[in-house]
Amino acid sequence: MRDRGAWPGIVVVVLLAVVFLILPHVYGNQSLLFQMMTFVVLTQGLNLLYGFTGYLPFGYVGFFGAGAYATSLLVLHTDLPVIACVIGGGIGSIVIAIILGPLLRLSGAYFSIANLAASQIMFFVVSNGNLSKITGGPYGLKIDRVYAPEASYLTMLAILLLATGLAAYFRASRFGLGLRAMTQDPVSAAMAGIDVVRQRVLVWLASAGIAGLAGGTYAWNLSVFYPDAVFTLQISVFAIVFALFGGVGTVIGPIIGAASLYLLYNGIGISFPQGFELLYGALIVLLVLFLPNGVSSLLTRRGVRVF
Amino acid sequence: MSSEPLLRLDGVGKAFGGNIVLNRLSFSVEPGEIVGLVGPNGSGKTTAINLISGVHRADAGTIRFQGRPVQGLAPFRLAHLGINRTFQVPKPFREMGVRENIEVAAHFGGARGMDADAVLAEIDLAGHAAIMAGGLTVNQQKMLDLGRALATDPKLLLIDEIGAGLNPSELGAIANLLQRLAQRGIALIVVEHLLDFLNRITNRVIVLGAGRMLFEGTLKAASENPDVVAAFIGG
Repeated sequence: MRDRGAWPGIVVVVLLAVVFLILPHVYGNQSLLFQMMTFVVLTQGLNLLYGFTGYLPFGYVGFFGAGAYATSLLVLHTDLPVIACVIGGGIGSIVIAIILGPLLRLSGAYFSIANLAASQIMFFVVSNGNLSKITGGPYGLKIDRVYAPEASYLTMLAILLLATGLAAYFRASRFGLGLRAMTQDPVSAAMAGIDVVRQRVLVWLASAGIAGLAGGTYAWNLSVFYPDAVFTLQISVFAIVFALFGGVGTVIGPIIGAASLYLLYNGIGISFPQGFELLYGALIVLLVLFLPNGVSSLLTRRGVRVF
Repeated sequence: MSSEPLLRLDGVGKAFGGNIVLNRLSFSVEPGEIVGLVGPNGSGKTTAINLISGVHRADAGTIRFQGRPVQGLAPFRLAHLGINRTFQVPKPFREMGVRENIEVAAHFGGARGMDADAVLAEIDLAGHAAIMAGGLTVNQQKMLDLGRALATDPKLLLIDEIGAGLNPSELGAIANLLQRLAQRGIALIVVEHLLDFLNRITNRVIVLGAGRMLFEGTLKAASENPDVVAAFIGG
């Protein structure tokens, strides 16, 4: 079954690339497409951790914000090319993830809450007025001298392909088989010879790195942003709901979940915001009651193996 | 190394809080030997197995495997060295196929080239290879635990109450299987309450009572030992 190898992953990556290269020529609002890609990346990045290790990072936005700030500070204080600054954003988030690594000793809701607290600490530190000289405090940062919507769009697409490629690797590889085993029973997994801690930490760092790269590219695309724009909890909540809606632990579930719900959000959320909140609330309730494994489980139940 | 036993425990102790569950336990096991570990509930049998397999860490004493100290090593490293185990309450990967359960251990267990089909045949689950492990009966799940351990090509197997709840013919089959494994040179430590079963497969038992080793020798001699009788029946 698992021996279909890399092909499904390659197909999904190529399809995504084609779709997001063509879409700007068909649909004029590239900014909306960029935002949508950002959420697909974050949803996929969250899926890497939650879908493949069972750790739900409620403070996932913290890595996004850390990446945005690390990238912007590099742009402001170094002469590195912007792409290098974006990579620096990813590295910055990985450093934060290493510092927060001990959180992985917690499990279940305790991990989620501690991670949420960590993201809020980062937000309050960064937006603190006393740090205005470094982080801009509540006024945020401005990197408009490197503003480049086209280049940042393509960069976000590259990150989307990277995140999807990682998910495909987790799904189809022996490494991923080990992840599945340790999520179901970590003690048995260790007795089967799996280095549970190492695998879990690697996934944690990968997931954080993806959010950091996305945050850096997001900051680049906006070029002027307030701390709330990159640290708002709404980003975490969206990524979690999108991932759950699509179906975690798969490659295409989070993509479908994020793309469809983000479009819905834009369709209704802007013309009729109150209606959107109502619909979203109802959707979450229905999801928990009837489709706890997301829409992809509609297929799984019928024996179709969703990639 | 020839003079060194496969496994040697020396003064091993473990306490949970103020509760001493194992106190200066010392014994050794040779390759191909089946050693029974018996004692009343709470006497420290499962704790001994948890210490040897690295699930818990000993507070005192040394555990040597093939002459090298192994206490404090992570369970996955012990699995690579050749120590493996089953669980009293079986712990399969429930949402993975039976065959996949074996494949995980064959791949990660440090025994490349281990044939999953041969292991499945050995534990009599070849006919269930494609179903989810969660769909097996508890007894089959115990066998799957054993299969997962075998797939890592162990030198020492710790078997925690595999016989409970089996009928006599199933017990006979397991006894035969364990003896076959011992003949291959695998050392086995078998925790069991079923004394007939132990009597059939072991030549030596270690009797624990309240965390202490009360007796070491044949099961028949154990049943005549006053300390052992007192620990089991009171006295």
